[in-house]
Amino acid sequence: MKPFAYVRAGSVEEAAEAYATRPGARYLGGGTNLVDLMKLGVEEPRALIDVSRLPLDTVTELPDGSLRIGATVRNSDAAAHPAVRDRWPALSQALLAGASGQLRNTATTGGNLLQRTRCPYFQDVTKPCNKRQPGSGCGALDGVHRDHAVLGHSETCVATHPSDMAVALAALDARIELYGADGVRSVPADRFHRLPGDRPERDTEIRPGELVTGVVLPAATAGLPSLYRKARDRASYAFALASVAAVLRVEGGVVQQVGIAFGALAHRPWRAERAEAALLGAAPTRAAFEHALDLELEAARPLRDNAYKVPLARNIGVDVLTRLAPPAATDLT
Amino acid sequence: MTDSPADPMAEPHTATGAPAERREGRQKVTGAARYAAEHPLPGRAHGWPLQAAVARGRVRRVDASGALEMPGVLTVLTHENAPRLNEPDDPMLAVLQDARVPHRGWQVALVVAETLEQARAGAAAVRVDYETEAHDVTLTEDHPAAYVPDEANGGQPGTRERGNPEADFDSAPVKVDAVYRVPPLHNHPMEPHASTARFDGDRLIVHTSSQGGTTVRQTLAALFGLPEERITVSAEHVGGGFGSKGTPRPDVVLAVMAARETGRPVTVALPRAQLATVVGHRAPTLQRLRLGAGRDGRLTSLIHEVTTHTSHVKEFVEQAAVPSRVMYASPHSRTLHRVTPLDVPSPSWMRAPGEAPGMYALESAMDELADALGMDPVELRIVNDTDHEPDSGDPFSSRHLVECLREGARRFDWAGRATRARAATGNVLVGSGVAAATYPVMVSPSTASAHALPDGTFVVRVNAADIGTGARTVLAQVAADALGVPLADVRTEVGNSDLPAAPLAGGSSGTASWGWAVHEACTELKDRLAAHAGPLPADGLDAHADTSGTADADSPYARHSFGAHFAEVAVDTVTGEVRVRRLLSVFAAGRILNARTARSQFIGGMTMGLGMALTESSTMDAAFGDFAERDLASYHVPVHADVPAIEAHWIEEDDPHLNPMGSKGIGEIGIVGTAAAIGNAVHHATGIRFRELPLTPDKVLTALGERHPVRPTMTA
Repeated sequence: MKPFAYVRAGSVEEAAEAYATRPGARYLGGGTNLVDLMKLGVEEPRALIDVSRLPLDTVTELPDGSLRIGATVRNSDAAAHPAVRDRWPALSQALLAGASGQLRNTATTGGNLLQRTRCPYFQDVTKPCNKRQPGSGCGALDGVHRDHAVLGHSETCVATHPSDMAVALAALDARIELYGADGVRSVPADRFHRLPGDRPERDTEIRPGELVTGVVLPAATAGLPSLYRKARDRASYAFALASVAAVLRVEGGVVQQVGIAFGALAHRPWRAERAEAALLGAAPTRAAFEHALDLELEAARPLRDNAYKVPLARNIGVDVLTRLAPPAATDLT
Repeated sequence: MTDSPADPMAEPHTATGAPAERREGRQKVTGAARYAAEHPLPGRAHGWPLQAAVARGRVRRVDASGALEMPGVLTVLTHENAPRLNEPDDPMLAVLQDARVPHRGWQVALVVAETLEQARAGAAAVRVDYETEAHDVTLTEDHPAAYVPDEANGGQPGTRERGNPEADFDSAPVKVDAVYRVPPLHNHPMEPHASTARFDGDRLIVHTSSQGGTTVRQTLAALFGLPEERITVSAEHVGGGFGSKGTPRPDVVLAVMAARETGRPVTVALPRAQLATVVGHRAPTLQRLRLGAGRDGRLTSLIHEVTTHTSHVKEFVEQAAVPSRVMYASPHSRTLHRVTPLDVPSPSWMRAPGEAPGMYALESAMDELADALGMDPVELRIVNDTDHEPDSGDPFSSRHLVECLREGARRFDWAGRATRARAATGNVLVGSGVAAATYPVMVSPSTASAHALPDGTFVVRVNAADIGTGARTVLAQVAADALGVPLADVRTEVGNSDLPAAPLAGGSSGTASWGWAVHEACTELKDRLAAHAGPLPADGLDAHADTSGTADADSPYARHSFGAHFAEVAVDTVTGEVRVRRLLSVFAAGRILNARTARSQFIGGMTMGLGMALTESSTMDAAFGDFAERDLASYHVPVHADVPAIEAHWIEEDDPHLNPMGSKGIGEIGIVGTAAAIGNAVHHATGIRFRELPLTPDKVLTALGERHPVRPTMTA
């Protein structure tokens, strides 16, 4: 077999140190994606730094009303946490819409963020993929791409990010906390993942050796009505064809605060900033939601076989926003 | 190969028809049941097949030097050094015999190593140079290479015609002319194909995951030039097959080659990804249906033309037009198949080959005809019922399609379907659909033996394959009835080629074929016991049966099962997602021998039909000549959340023209017609006729949008 070292880190510092001293290292969380990719030959780490038992497995309510979910909290536990369910329900819904019960019991918060695309060309080492092997080409661009991107893609890569959780985090203004050689920093969830451009091998803004230590849900979105909706080929255990997370605050008959993010449309959770700008200060009517999302989706550049994603995204976006707006919002709680 | 007698207290009195519990159920749920790859013999090595990375061409050179230097790698077999095989009947088994690459995924090398991981890593280190040729993997309706074959699968005539179908169709007062498309589908049994082989002196012992060990033994004997009596093939437990294990597949040939070359026991367990290309698939079909009818709904012309693909390895023709030779009376008819050889993996059997895709098309077209007539689709089928098989003119031995339709309509509340559709609220449309089902009765000769032991118990032996159907259990029930003894006194031994030879578990014929021989052996044993005075000798009394000449005798009757499916669906107009709310089917399949395991088979088939309707498809990637879906995350078999309230019922059918048990097969009819019932329900819900499976949100939402275009709200 392909030999690799296995190191179980006892602390964040130890993990970062182990990573730094071992070329070709990868952090190992729940292993639900990385181990599969190793079997497929897509990932060939020379060392696995097991971070799944780091003391990052708690959900902590912070004094300012925000909530930190540690990087090793399992997806099932994050989804079931009362604070998440009560105050950021879209995140709980998104987590529960992902994978299967068994996978959610194993998958971690950090690992969920860092999972790779399920593009079939990326996962098959006998086919070209610029993400897996820069410069080899993109098999999906003119190939099988019904599930691929309609926004923000490039000639080099049309893959989508598969996470449901990350879509909710993006809409809810969460931040991703990182630990690395430069110390501690955090980045907004909606800018943590990248667009492919001409560097599709880079999924995220994470720096070499940096470790996700947790995500923080801000007080600013706590307790607001939020929803996640996912369209998929089968009722469970399927990646999204399109998904949407939204949070909405309406006061005085107008939209005061709104966060909208789409999943499965792009190389990262797609924060609908144009739509949000159009809605701020507007009355929360169906027509306003439709108009705002049409503006957002003007930028869509569907491939040969995925044009359906544009009306699908629009429909689920309008549906979710309509349900979040009063009085529907009160009906849901 | 044995199972324990069931607890006598648990089954005080039972025989055929009773819901006897599956005998190996406890072994399976506790993990004690051993499958083909789970034989950790001393010194066992593992083989990992390397697949061709081009869609057509030749292997120019294999450089295995890097792999051979890797730890644990024992050998790398290629077409240059692998043992020569005698020419197989099935060219899919001619692995590592020449340099030709007939399709992407064809196995071009086998790396054998101490561990699975070492073999896999070794395979990644083998360098293969190819001479590539342009490939063509795209099935079209007018492909220049298409031809009409003499025969389709199952020995069915490629073409049948009676009357003047075109002329009658042209002049029919009511017509349907539509094309339906079924994509490639994959069997994907839960247990991937696997084989463990070892040589013990001059004996070959093989554990394999197969629907028929007798055929595996015959095939290995022929390929490797060994006498059959020196080969034992065991298939004790098999984790599903759905046709893809009906005949030997390359894993067993590779395992035996590797065992011979290394002198070690070798397991070749195919990874899921390889199942897409080397064990068969249901070939895609383009099906044009033309139905001509009078205003009373009676069909006068039925034309069913099927276009499908096969590989360049062998001709396999999905016989999708065949059910149109069986279902409905029509004086004029043409049923034909066209096949195009492409550079694709070889198609093969998948649950109800022919009937499953063919009845999707026919039963969808019947729904369209009912629409065109303004007639209830249940009534339309009743109007076209017949007591003679239209194609052969033979009388049906039994046909209770009408009873299935009426009973199903009653149980489903078919009459209330319009009310339910109107009651739908919000963004959900609700509809109900019906479709008929049919599957032929097949039976093959088998041998079996029955043994009376001095302790008063009995053993029945037959090389049947229990692929999850409950064959052990039902054969014990057949034996208990024939012997007139309690079920608990009967033990069955199956799944080993040292047992009396038997045909495969396929074509829904296993229980009929094996059961017939078991019944005969037990009947003879009962006579011997009656004639025997005093205690039994120490080794008991035996009886053997061979149903050659009996089971395969020509019947003057057309023998088929029938059924009716009723589906209720919800279509979400926001997403285009279709979910089945209720699926209710009624079957007429002769005598049901075990109510419990029969129900499992019926609802298993119905669930697979639900997958065919809504979720399952394989996408041929034209650029690479490969199926894009190679795992269970992307090939969407239905999950529990997709399977709604599901009910299987049956009509007691007393048919004296079948076999001593009075049974018809039940393994496949559940999938036949289900997709049509669901598709027809989607039409009822939406008013849109979809003619291409599966009904995924991309298709459904797009069609809904074309009917109700999104109101433009932008002023760009």
